[in-house]
Amino acid sequence: MSLSLVQRSNPVLALYVALAIGAVGGLPFLRVAPNRLLSGEPVYLWDVLQQLGSQQVDALLLGLVVLLCIAVWQPGQRLIQAFIILTMAASLSGVWLLAGQFASSAIQAGNPLLRTSLGAGFWTLAALAWLIALDAIARVQLPTLPRLLLQSAFFLPLLLLLNEGQRLSIAQEFANQRDVFGPAILRHLQIVFLAVVPALVIGLLLAWRMTRTRSLRQALFPILNVIQTIPSIALFGLLMAPLAWLAVQLPALGRAGISGVGIAPAVIALFLYALLPIVRSALTGLEQVPAEAVNAARAMGMSARQLLWQVELPLALPVLLIGLRSAVVQTTGLAAVSALVGAGGLGQIMFDGLFSAANELVILGVIPIVLLAMMADTFFKVLSSLIKTRP
Amino acid sequence: MPFKAPRPWAKRLGFSAAALLLLAYGLPYSQPLFAALFPLLPRPVYLQEPMAELMWQHIGLVLVSSSVAVVIATLAGLATTSKTGSAFKPLMETLAAMGQTFPPVAVLAVAVPAVGFGELPALIALSIFGVLPVLQATLAGLASVPTPVLDSARAMGMSPRHILTEVQIPLALPIWLAGVRTSVVVNIGTAAIASTVGAKTLGLPIIIGLSGFNTAYVLQGAMMVALLAIAADLAFDWLATALHGHTRSADNQA
Amino acid sequence: MTIKFQKIRKHYDGAAAITDFNLDIQQGELVLLLGPSGSGKSTILKMLNRMVSHDGGHIFFNGQDINSFNVQDLRRRMGYAMQSVGLFPHRTVGHNIATVPRLLGWDAQRVQARVNELLQLLAMDPKQYAGRYPHQLSGGQQQRVGVARAMAADPDVLLMDEPFGALDPVTRAALQLQLKKIHRATGQTILFVTHDIDEALLLATRIVLLNHGRIVQMGTPLELLQQPTNDFVADFLGRADLGLKQLSLRPIAPHIKAIEGTEPIHTISHTVTFKEAISHMATLHVSSLRVVNADGTVLGQVHATDLLETSDV
Repeated sequence: MSLSLVQRSNPVLALYVALAIGAVGGLPFLRVAPNRLLSGEPVYLWDVLQQLGSQQVDALLLGLVVLLCIAVWQPGQRLIQAFIILTMAASLSGVWLLAGQFASSAIQAGNPLLRTSLGAGFWTLAALAWLIALDAIARVQLPTLPRLLLQSAFFLPLLLLLNEGQRLSIAQEFANQRDVFGPAILRHLQIVFLAVVPALVIGLLLAWRMTRTRSLRQALFPILNVIQTIPSIALFGLLMAPLAWLAVQLPALGRAGISGVGIAPAVIALFLYALLPIVRSALTGLEQVPAEAVNAARAMGMSARQLLWQVELPLALPVLLIGLRSAVVQTTGLAAVSALVGAGGLGQIMFDGLFSAANELVILGVIPIVLLAMMADTFFKVLSSLIKTRP
Repeated sequence: MPFKAPRPWAKRLGFSAAALLLLAYGLPYSQPLFAALFPLLPRPVYLQEPMAELMWQHIGLVLVSSSVAVVIATLAGLATTSKTGSAFKPLMETLAAMGQTFPPVAVLAVAVPAVGFGELPALIALSIFGVLPVLQATLAGLASVPTPVLDSARAMGMSPRHILTEVQIPLALPIWLAGVRTSVVVNIGTAAIASTVGAKTLGLPIIIGLSGFNTAYVLQGAMMVALLAIAADLAFDWLATALHGHTRSADNQA
Repeated sequence: MTIKFQKIRKHYDGAAAITDFNLDIQQGELVLLLGPSGSGKSTILKMLNRMVSHDGGHIFFNGQDINSFNVQDLRRRMGYAMQSVGLFPHRTVGHNIATVPRLLGWDAQRVQARVNELLQLLAMDPKQYAGRYPHQLSGGQQQRVGVARAMAADPDVLLMDEPFGALDPVTRAALQLQLKKIHRATGQTILFVTHDIDEALLLATRIVLLNHGRIVQMGTPLELLQQPTNDFVADFLGRADLGLKQLSLRPIAPHIKAIEGTEPIHTISHTVTFKEAISHMATLHVSSLRVVNADGTVLGQVHATDLLETSDV
């Protein structure tokens, strides 16, 4: 029984190619507006190519399409997959380059107020380049660490060519907000840190106590679950009034920066949210420590504390890391919402953009948040795989 | 299937639902209470729209977007069981995993440049974001079906469609339901934030309160959202128990 | 009902896994596919119900090539029991057993009757077990239900893939005996896979010994024990125990002699095998035993030298 057509080829890649063709033809690559106030006119990819008038690019594109079609029919060849990864990295930086050059040449041509913003076509093509690369990386079948490295390295060409897009409206917006960005990122990281580190310490302690005392576990888990159920914006809101009242009663707190608004309600709420994944994973981790190891350690005369540090924690670490990863990623995302209660951070930039209908600003706020979350996710995945390789 | 006597959660569901309705309809009458709690505020009670109306709009938004999300995600997940569909499984798994890193606010925020302000971007964003937990749960549920069970079903001569309906779906159901539950509860929260993009939901008092430094508004809005989320979560818990009271895990918890 | 494997070949990744496999199975046989891990025995079994495809040769079921059947119809005519059982955890024991009959459209009464009949056949009280769920049963009970489920629609052949391998020795022995009784009583054709030589000797009417995907020897258990074709067969059957194993297959009944001289003191039942008789003698430090039947009537005697010196060939 031979494999069917679908099993022999790569239908996912075929879908991506079809979507890419659709995006090129149907979605505007860029939008050009004469100034900031008017909405943009759509500009399609072939217009951009015509404008820039480069035949080499056209030839490259044709070669790309051919390569992709071959890859659809021959998914098994590792060499082809490697080529795909390279060409997709090039394509990603390529579309950015095209957009940037178009913007630069358009501004040089006349109107210095011209706004060239990235259209749906650009975003779709960028996303597809990423997805195709992911598919190819998966088919090359590398072990975890090299795979994660490759996925990160994919963005390197783009980072190197970032400057080429400086005339795009998004880059201009960034230049305007440059001084805001640095502090915003720092504030965001500060919030995450202040929430997760205490959650880790207290969470571990609680989990350890819970392995000893069943009643604590039965009492605490429902509470943590309820907290997790309450939406972030609601929890921030619920904490504001008591904290404000507290700040009035104890002026010293107000001077220290703890009040109803600002990072206090944010950090407290995020701390509470981070507790559940940490406690749950710490508990699971501690519970799956083999009894033989514990007994052997006790027989050797270890005290309870030595047992915890030398036996239980190391053996519980892999599971704990999974919970910690989940907590950090979740907190990074939730910290964005805390901007509503005045905590600042990257969410502030995003909401500023939303409230003033400045699309570029929204995207400038969203991308770092997503990137931070993904970096944290990758970091912990790397950490987890490093621990696994230890004997 | 036998219906088990309601566990303590069912009582709590009753309480939260009652508290929710009480707050929603009783808010205008609670003036004295909030005036006492917030003596410095000239308008301690949110009266710009009837809180109950906001609540129903919120519920409506969540219901529609969640239904759309659940349908799309479940069909997509189930499609991976067929021969053609299984090629798309890694893609779906990647998307589902990405959904865990992507903050829900981001989807909401990105919908605005694309679609504009109002109820529509909120609906679209909520639907898209709601897909991911359900998709992940559908895939996880299908993966949880033990291979020997699938093998024996095949060997007995059950058709693939039969195996799906008789074996895979019933066994995947508990995990799937947990995913729907997560999706709906997160949706309730994100729908509140959607007030920032022009949707009229329970987030409105919160946003207005924040911009106007009216902590009482914030508190009232927050309590409504919190109660709604808790009530929804308890309702799902009750549903899960009613559906699966006879399974082994139920025995362990009894 | 006949089954014919003709020149069956299979390869995995270019390497030959099964080479030139030929086998004819007649109605009523209990054919055992025996061999070490990796000998291909499970693969051959699964070829019959098309869970695995064969690369060369033909398999005929009642004279018709199995590839010409609708695969689901084919599988519904064969029962399949495996080591991990694979009972549907969300359905009761009764529902599990009733799966194929319901697929075939039997009416509810007939299904119910069959479920009860099978549970009783496998020594489980229907009233107690039919409504239970798999997770409420022990491993041995689950496997009994698995066998019942495989037999439910009165299949033309029962395919069993090391079904008792995961059970403890006591449960395994009980189930082996149960299966032997069922085979004797119903004449069900069975194709059984195992790597356990003792299981094979107990159950089989015919053994097919495989190694590296080829048939090494085929025959009745006694034939294999008495005339192993090569060293592999002798070693696999337990070279040092060949003689003892033969003893376990031979009943003493044909060798009971009239009592001469002093009557032996100790008795033994007339239904035992040579092995049990010799074992009993060794325990009691005697060399002869009085043979009695169920009522206690003395039928004669057996002597150690007689047992060891005679052959049934």
